[in-house]
Amino acid sequence: MGVRIKEFPNTFLELSPQGKKELLRTMIRIRSFETRVEELFLAKRIPGFVHLYIGEEATASGIMANLRKDDWITSTHRGHGHALAKGAQMNRMMAELYGKRSGYCKGKGGSMHIADFSVGMLGANGVVGGGFTIAVGAGMTAWMKKTDQVAVCFFGDGASNRGTFHEALNMAAIWKLPVLFVNENNQYASTTPASYGVSVSRISDRAASYGIEGYTVDGNNVVEVYNAAHTLIGRLRSGKGPILLECRTYRVKGHYVGDPEKYRTREEVKKQMEENDPIRRYSTYLLEQSFIQHEEIDTLWKEAREEVEVAVQFAEQEPYPSPEEALEDLTSSRQEVFA
Amino acid sequence: MSILSFSEATLQAMTEEMERDPTVFVMGEDIARQGGIFGQFKGLPERFPGRVLDTPISETAIIGSALGAALTGLRPVADMHFADFISVAYDEVVNQIAKNRYMFGGQADIPLVIRAPDGIVPGAAAQHSQSVEGWLMNIPGLILVAPSSPATAKGLLKSAIRSNDPVIYFEHKLLYPQKGEVPDQEYLTPLGKAEIRRTGKDVTIVTYSIMVQKSIEAAQNLAREGIEVEIIDLLTIKPFDAETIVTSVRKTHRCVIAHEGVVYGGAGAEIAAQIQQEAFFYLDAPILRIGTKNVPIPFSPPLLEYVAPKVSDIERAVKKALYREGV
Repeated sequence: MGVRIKEFPNTFLELSPQGKKELLRTMIRIRSFETRVEELFLAKRIPGFVHLYIGEEATASGIMANLRKDDWITSTHRGHGHALAKGAQMNRMMAELYGKRSGYCKGKGGSMHIADFSVGMLGANGVVGGGFTIAVGAGMTAWMKKTDQVAVCFFGDGASNRGTFHEALNMAAIWKLPVLFVNENNQYASTTPASYGVSVSRISDRAASYGIEGYTVDGNNVVEVYNAAHTLIGRLRSGKGPILLECRTYRVKGHYVGDPEKYRTREEVKKQMEENDPIRRYSTYLLEQSFIQHEEIDTLWKEAREEVEVAVQFAEQEPYPSPEEALEDLTSSRQEVFA
Repeated sequence: MSILSFSEATLQAMTEEMERDPTVFVMGEDIARQGGIFGQFKGLPERFPGRVLDTPISETAIIGSALGAALTGLRPVADMHFADFISVAYDEVVNQIAKNRYMFGGQADIPLVIRAPDGIVPGAAAQHSQSVEGWLMNIPGLILVAPSSPATAKGLLKSAIRSNDPVIYFEHKLLYPQKGEVPDQEYLTPLGKAEIRRTGKDVTIVTYSIMVQKSIEAAQNLAREGIEVEIIDLLTIKPFDAETIVTSVRKTHRCVIAHEGVVYGGAGAEIAAQIQQEAFFYLDAPILRIGTKNVPIPFSPPLLEYVAPKVSDIERAVKKALYREGV
């Protein structure tokens, strides 16, 4: 069932002129956010550690453009892009990265646990492969309540080797749950290349084990990602059961900010940035097809950077939680904390 | 009052709660077609079509998908077949379910119950006999309960299903066929509240699950020797009712903690620590703990007999706490 890499149109995009621009806007907003987050982390304004989505923006943007607010997603430790594309607010995201009280998780989660349940973003997950079964559960809710909502589970090439992948895909398949398993194959599981750690050359081939459809697309071509998601999510809504979609992409930055990246060459990264940048590729496409003007693209970048700066100002000015707030939010009704 | 078995009482709780709330459903291995390996789901799938789901042997997916369902508007009851298999889904229990509400800043409630049949069954050996509450005592965010009778089995299960926080419901396998009185009118057994099963002035026994019965038996034997013990049935193991325990120990000045789980690092360790913190100057003897010896549960009858906690162990501990001769 592993279908050839170009199953879906990669040059024809059936979207309104506004929709086409919105797709670019989402990608640029993610890139601008992540670029600034890297600077802020290196300037020690953001504590902990951060995993950046730079270079993978086409996947989140192309998929999420096909989702409704009442659809659900589960995310990974590299979750900023998923949150933004699903509709999370930059202000509250940045505040969370700073550890501030007005952050999405009141400072209890940080980068690796970014979440906005109000828009169906059920959380970034610090455990690789932790989201599979949660997405299956969301799919069960749609199935049992007989709605046409869908759940999308984002996961990396490394997570496809977890046992949770197997249990989740099998369970989703037997009950024909509306779950799209989106593999973001960014070529590296932390420092381990997918070519070494994954037994198949195409992760979508693993779909055959569960009797479900599997596809591989160019995850850095947002036109192809959008078209694939459009078709496949439509199938999910009509009750045809789960689908595995592999989006081939590339992690331009290290596993985390500060990663010495001894496992790959600078030339490899440089080549990817020059030839395979999803934002540059999509901008070129839109310009060549006369769907957009240079000035409009410049405006999108300018607006995104301004939005990020507003978010940074917000995060800088917001207060930290008071220390004793560390004991809140454990349970809904009682303070079950033993000092 | 009606006389029901423990498993019938849990079935009644499931039925009432599924009637009451259409978002309640239950899933697990061998529960729909077979009715549960202890008959505790018999008739439920016919009464609630589509809401009693047989799952593949996928403990990780059962527990993880229960979380996903709970986050998105359902109230799942996930059956673990044997409490021992919680280990297969340990990440889902301790890193996902227990932490979800806290690490996302309280964005969602987690109305989820894990039913975990536990405890020693003769011959079931190391991987089908454990009491695993000790594994979970150290995880903030989980509520652990263990009924001791048909009445508490029903009342606690109903409370667990209505809880907006995750509850692990330990049901001892040897209790399923046991019968007892269950009120006819609707009732809930509150979470976090212990019940005093027997009052006495000499020694407090803090216990739960099947060890409540063994403690009552020990108490009857001890009464013949003029020793009156007070028995506290915890019902909720975490967060336990420290107030009831401490009040009792301040009265009796002596305490024995009896559970079936391994003594070393078990629930009794935390209970003992809190008692000495709150009632140190009231104590006339060291707090003693009864439980399984520090080995896996063995198969052969004489080996099991040697490591499992018995009525006579409780009696001996009570006498030791009283500095009686011949212990």
